[in-house]
Amino acid sequence: MVALPGTAQTEINVPPAAGRRWASSDEANGLTLISPTLLYALALLFLPVLIVIAYSFWSQDYLTIDRSFTLENYRVALTEPIYRDLLWRSLTISLAVSVITVACSYPVAWFISFHGGVHKNLWLFLITVPCWTSYLLRVMSWKVILGYQGVLNTGLMSTGLIDKPVTTLLYNSNAVIITLVHSWAAFAILPIYVSLEKIDRSLIEAAHDLGDNKFWSFLRVTLPLSLPGIVSAFLIVMIPTVGDYVTPKLVGGKDGVMIATAIQAQFGKGANWPLGAALSVTTMVVVSAMAGLTVLVLKLFVRRIR
Amino acid sequence: MSGRHGIQKSRWLPAYVTAYLAFLYLPILLLPIFSFNNAASTTFPLAGFTTKWYASLWGNTVMLEAARNSLIVGITVSILSTGLAICAARAVTRYKFRGQRAATGLLMAPLFLPEIIVAVSLLMIVLQLGIELSLATVILGQTVFCLPYALTVLISGFDGFDRSLEEASLDLGETAFGTFRRVTLPVVAPAIISSLLVSFTISLDEFILAFFLSGTEPTLPVYIWGQLRFAAKLPSVLALGSIMIALSIILVTSAEILRRRAEHRLKAGAAAHG
Repeated sequence: MVALPGTAQTEINVPPAAGRRWASSDEANGLTLISPTLLYALALLFLPVLIVIAYSFWSQDYLTIDRSFTLENYRVALTEPIYRDLLWRSLTISLAVSVITVACSYPVAWFISFHGGVHKNLWLFLITVPCWTSYLLRVMSWKVILGYQGVLNTGLMSTGLIDKPVTTLLYNSNAVIITLVHSWAAFAILPIYVSLEKIDRSLIEAAHDLGDNKFWSFLRVTLPLSLPGIVSAFLIVMIPTVGDYVTPKLVGGKDGVMIATAIQAQFGKGANWPLGAALSVTTMVVVSAMAGLTVLVLKLFVRRIR
Repeated sequence: MSGRHGIQKSRWLPAYVTAYLAFLYLPILLLPIFSFNNAASTTFPLAGFTTKWYASLWGNTVMLEAARNSLIVGITVSILSTGLAICAARAVTRYKFRGQRAATGLLMAPLFLPEIIVAVSLLMIVLQLGIELSLATVILGQTVFCLPYALTVLISGFDGFDRSLEEASLDLGETAFGTFRRVTLPVVAPAIISSLLVSFTISLDEFILAFFLSGTEPTLPVYIWGQLRFAAKLPSVLALGSIMIALSIILVTSAEILRRRAEHRLKAGAAAHG
């Protein structure tokens, strides 16, 4: 930060002709300034991901790593029934979670954008507060809510609505979906809200003046124009949820285990780093493909109704 | 806002939004309720008021040790990530350079990656280099994870900053450092503090990276994870959790207030100038 005023001064004090030299150009200043941050991210984000990719093509030979190229890990990741099933379930759950989250969040973002009035910022703040609290604690709380002797069951029993605890609430994929939808709500609302805010309101009025009713003007004007927000909401929810570890562990039971548990196992007692790496890479590639496909379908759908 | 046609308020929408808010707040309100409940189980009806679960936390040295670890990690991470994000945010808002989008994309990437993959890849590189797992490795990992949030806060804080103020100060004979201290800093300070608070909150609550990288020095979430296996420990975990939730809410509320103050200041500055 101490370097900042220095760069400001050189830029102002150099005569225009000399300023064209690259060393004192905007470009050089910008790159110099961002380089510490960039190097940090390259070293602790980009490089590690490259190493994971490299490992996925190697193999575990008891305690050592055999560095000859092999696709065996990918064969195991894609064909072994356990991993195939876990991956499939993770994808289904993350697709369900992202669709439900986006669908449930859209009206809220719409409400804040169109009817938030002067309190828009307050509304947004209220929506995001729960998401700033510990994720682990929120998942734990859902476990307390949905459990056999949990809040929902004992609450319903004390009101007399049911006389035996419902056992189907916890330890299945539905519990995982509910918990994840709750966790990611704010991440879906914010991008949708931002894109709704950018819509020129007179376009919607124009649609009305031209005879569209409320429903059609929404479908033909508001929805297509808010598509960028919907797309980022999908991406920001779908991709991270596929690798969720805490939620399946705490509320998923046997029926709700996801791929992260298998990945973690390869780095713990099972110790097969190359397989764990291949599982990670496969998950990333497959979920990116699914996300891309979802975005494509959304775009086609919007173009059709337009 | 209730335009001539169309954008009218429907009756069910406010009800829906209220229900949605209730859904969002339900889990974080239940923990404090049960943390004061005089029973070891989380069942309705409530069994009466007690503060004994909170009292039991005081004598718990393992928990206090974890709290100390969390504090060390949180403070270091917030300073590191805010410092790095200040450089990046300033570079992005002030200069145009090639590769700017790619650079920002890389810094924002942790938002779009499954956290387990970030954690696993860091674990591999750390063990590969023969570094022992400790609070230091947690700090390194969480800093990467906090960068996108710190960067977002700071970019919006720096974005409206009027560069001519700095130029004027330099023209009037103030030194570069003096300009920074007396002109730049007062305007961007709220954004910087807001970024510190946000990063601290994320670090305090972050679990996956800490779980993979902390070795034998647990942070609070890792400690809680270990306690969850024992049903008897649940009430004191609820008490600890309630304190953490309250702390998170206080921190983000302060960050939000500061952010708004910064926004006002920028607007006022722009108005006075223009």
